[in-house]
Amino acid sequence: MNFLSLFVVVPLLMLAGLFPARTMRQIRAVAVTGASLLMVLACWLVWMYLAERSSGNTSEMLFTAETVWYPSLHINYSVGVDGISVAMILLSAIIVFAGVFASWKMEHLPREFFLWFSLLAIGVFGFFISTNLFTMFMFYEIALIPMYLLIGVWGTGKKEYSAMKLTLMLMGGSALLLVGIFGIYYGSGASTLTITELAALTIPIELQRYFFPLTFMGFGVLGALFPFHTWSPDGHASAPTAVSMLHAGVLMKLGGYGAFRVAMYLMPEAAGEMSWIFLILTGISVVYGAFGAIHQTDLKYINAYSSVSHCGLVLFAILMGNETSTTGAILQMVSHGLMTALFFALIGMIYGRTHTRLVTEMGGLMKVMPFLGVSYVIAGMASLGLPGLSGFVAEMTIFVGAFQEPDLLHRVLTFGAIASIVITAVYILRVVGKIIFGPMADRHHEQLTDAVWHERLSVGVLIAAIVAVGSFPYWLSEMINESVAPLITHILR
Amino acid sequence: MQYALVILLLPLLNFLVTGLMDTRWKARVAGTISTVAIAVITLLSYVTAYEYFTTRFQDGSYQAFIPFELNWLRFTDTLQVKLGLLLDPISVMMLVVVTTVSLMVHLYSLSYMKGERGFERYYAFLSLFTFSMLGLVVATNIFQMYIFWELVGVSSYLLIGFYYTRPAAVAAAKKAFIVTRFADLFFLAGILLLSYYTQTFDFTALTSGDGRMFGTIGSLTFMGGSVLSWAMALIFIGGAGKSALFPLHIWLPDAMEGPTPVSALIHAATMVVAGVYLVARLFPVYAVQTPEVLHGIAYTGLFTALFSAVIACVQTDIKRVLAFSTISQIGFMMVGLGVSGYGAHEGLGYMASLFHLFTHAMFKALLFLGAGSVIHAVHSNSMDDMGQLRKRMPVTHLTFLVACLAIAGIPPFSGFFSKDEILAAAFHFSPPVGWILSGIAGLTAFYMFRLYYNIFWNDKPPTSRHAEHPVHESPALMTLPLIVLALITLVAGFIPFGRFVTSDRGLYTISLDWQVAASSILIALAGIGLATVLYRRNNDKPARLKLKFAGLHEAATHRFYIDEIYLFLTKKVVFNSISRPLAWFDRHIVDGFMNLLATVSNRVSVRIKGIQSGHIQQYAWVFLFATLAIAGILLFVV
Repeated sequence: MNFLSLFVVVPLLMLAGLFPARTMRQIRAVAVTGASLLMVLACWLVWMYLAERSSGNTSEMLFTAETVWYPSLHINYSVGVDGISVAMILLSAIIVFAGVFASWKMEHLPREFFLWFSLLAIGVFGFFISTNLFTMFMFYEIALIPMYLLIGVWGTGKKEYSAMKLTLMLMGGSALLLVGIFGIYYGSGASTLTITELAALTIPIELQRYFFPLTFMGFGVLGALFPFHTWSPDGHASAPTAVSMLHAGVLMKLGGYGAFRVAMYLMPEAAGEMSWIFLILTGISVVYGAFGAIHQTDLKYINAYSSVSHCGLVLFAILMGNETSTTGAILQMVSHGLMTALFFALIGMIYGRTHTRLVTEMGGLMKVMPFLGVSYVIAGMASLGLPGLSGFVAEMTIFVGAFQEPDLLHRVLTFGAIASIVITAVYILRVVGKIIFGPMADRHHEQLTDAVWHERLSVGVLIAAIVAVGSFPYWLSEMINESVAPLITHILR
Repeated sequence: MQYALVILLLPLLNFLVTGLMDTRWKARVAGTISTVAIAVITLLSYVTAYEYFTTRFQDGSYQAFIPFELNWLRFTDTLQVKLGLLLDPISVMMLVVVTTVSLMVHLYSLSYMKGERGFERYYAFLSLFTFSMLGLVVATNIFQMYIFWELVGVSSYLLIGFYYTRPAAVAAAKKAFIVTRFADLFFLAGILLLSYYTQTFDFTALTSGDGRMFGTIGSLTFMGGSVLSWAMALIFIGGAGKSALFPLHIWLPDAMEGPTPVSALIHAATMVVAGVYLVARLFPVYAVQTPEVLHGIAYTGLFTALFSAVIACVQTDIKRVLAFSTISQIGFMMVGLGVSGYGAHEGLGYMASLFHLFTHAMFKALLFLGAGSVIHAVHSNSMDDMGQLRKRMPVTHLTFLVACLAIAGIPPFSGFFSKDEILAAAFHFSPPVGWILSGIAGLTAFYMFRLYYNIFWNDKPPTSRHAEHPVHESPALMTLPLIVLALITLVAGFIPFGRFVTSDRGLYTISLDWQVAASSILIALAGIGLATVLYRRNNDKPARLKLKFAGLHEAATHRFYIDEIYLFLTKKVVFNSISRPLAWFDRHIVDGFMNLLATVSNRVSVRIKGIQSGHIQQYAWVFLFATLAIAGILLFVV
């Protein structure tokens, strides 16, 4: 068996192991073992990948394997990774790991929670290792379904509404996507569904004009493309901590990843023609999300709108369509995944203590919970792009990349995107100044306690990753760039 | 000179150690190891300076030298971000300034901050700041400078908000960060623009005198200005934000909410002059390629100097007076750069400006530390609570007087020499500019001595609060830095600065322009005299004067309402007129449409679900009629 398949097998084993688990202790043991294994695997994969590349292997996908499933429709289970997917797999493993520790104290139906959580992990990892359009789509759906239950059962607030809204909107997106995939398949007259093979064929431009927007929008819904982003604030606000982390941290990245690897890569001519429409939409996302966040008072809503802005930047950079900006987009996916997961973890931990997420009802938390306070400030600083933390590297790569397109539209949109970093500073500092610093807002908060070990572990892992990416970006950026370069050459041919 | 790298790494290491060690160790330990670390790098900086200035003079000029550089991030094949050390006259000079003042502040704080909650956090932040500032100073390329530029911004944020339970401190920290961030936006845009056309971030390439980098850029225009001018102007806006030039000065007075030694280090001596340093760093580009932008810088500096000097005359919070004085003095430095030309004698303004940066850093840090000593004793920032302190605090009094004389421009104190050179350069550029600047110098003498007399002379009725515990001199750990800085202020004027720092890195012999010097001394004496008459003893002249110029006084007290304008713009315009409607639009229109879709499908499904009722009779009727209808269509239509 190809070792990439382990990324699907491990969560599957985790799932199986959870069935006989009875006590909380057993459940945690299974979840931690699975998550740690995934983490080790991901680190090993990075190592293997870099070793393979440095030994001179320049093929587009490494560690490929293929099993025929349904020959007459060319549906294969085929896997393989390049620098982009390795980065995403590493990100997913880190967040799954942190997510398990963030849901340590799950009281309501813990076994079922982790069951769905594992299924979500299967979908996410399966998506990133797939090179066949069909299996990719299948894993994508596997990742979406558990969301409904995870939010609907374990969520807070108006969870049924949010769960339904999120599921319906994302399903709507995947319906568009399915049409897009059919379009690609029949349009290319192909006898394959494997992406690398499809790329060699040409889809007639007339068909591309129909199917590019469908595919891009299908993925765009998941990437919170304006105006299809409204599932995100409600969904994230209602979801339990670990689900928010995984969803905003990884699942939203499926959108950007697919938009680049499927929509842009397979239909480059239409992408070139129509990118301006989507560029405007993403430009709106970036600024609009940031302004939206200024006005919110619920911490999760603030972070959800902030995600709209940051994920908008991912799609924005992808549409800029040059090597630098696309590298920046992938870096931004990693960076945003880490910091938004950190944010949601911290919000969950703070909520677990104060029982409120409203900015107006909190204040001066630094005094009683210094660890969480400092971590929140670090998360905020990463979000507003402080050098040394991951956000800066990603944003700067995107801006420099976007600046390589000198025509007026691109310039105007780029300046707009750059301006959003000031708005980000405004909403981040407003929240930090209110809830972390300042005087105590509520006398009852005096008795609150700081983070315990599993919370510290969860937060610590994420912060370490953010600092590592932000302070030593060279290897990651080069690994991504190496794989982006041939794809961009193909798109621009 | 590989060891210069240690100057950068030691504070970083110290930040990590003191930041992570938590409160388990004694606070004293954090203070001690930080101070020792700074002492070591101060020594190393002196060694670096000595070695640089003695060994790197070749072919008639000082040669730039990069002892260390590493690839940090690659954007494109040509645009790469490197982190490294660039040693040239100005960066070496700045190393000396930053480490010296930082060491003094570290020593001083051991006593000043004693017993404060978060003592080790304080030292961790100071180390972070020192690291960032040194990184900024030795940046080999403009992108590295931007990186550390942001880092000094965040260190400043953390230190202003050090007393984080005080809402005023938190608000001031936020304001400082957002205003400078706003300016940095332009800085970033400028960097992107410049690097797109020149395909380099490197200072060495950008400032190599022949301007070959800029071959065709000068001819590209955008809205009436060349692209290069736009880029350089944008970069300058970034510098204006950090250096608190009008109209981006509003954060600096508020930043005084931070601990006083921090104000001395960051908001007087080092970080706020980063804008001056930035312009000096890119000076060949400004002077040769875009002189019109350079003139803009001169006028911005001139206006800022005048504007804040006027405000400084009426403030009653002693730290605020010093803050406005800092803004005004930075204005002087900017004028110095702005009126300067490139090379040899044309570069007088450049040399003068950096000379002033050097002397100002020392005497302004002294003033702030002295003010801190006074505040420490009196437990108040307001000059209304002070008076008659000269006998009770003799060391603070004398050192403060030295600094006041220096900033007023009285020989032989250091400020006289540097300011005089700026004035000479300004007169050379245009006499009106020179006269206005001389007037501002007089104003400076006036407000500084107003401050001096109000603290140390003027026998105001003592407030009851202080009667209980008598005011006495600060401990030795606080007075020692005051004495050291006062000594530097006494001798720094005689440094042959032109032998070290000039616009083209050559040598330049300073010759005092006695005409300018004489007039500036007279003006300074006039300012001091006026302050003596008004404030030496408690009398009603200031009150009468206040009544006479009621309107101006009111406006100046309110800092000419600039803060109110900003508040209006941010609160009313951005928050209420953009953000609020946008949030409403998102919830009700965008999301409303999605909900509408859901509602419509729901309604439709309610209507059509009646068809699938499960009643056999109904199905049978439908079946019958449908069969008949189809049969009919087949028979008659087809």
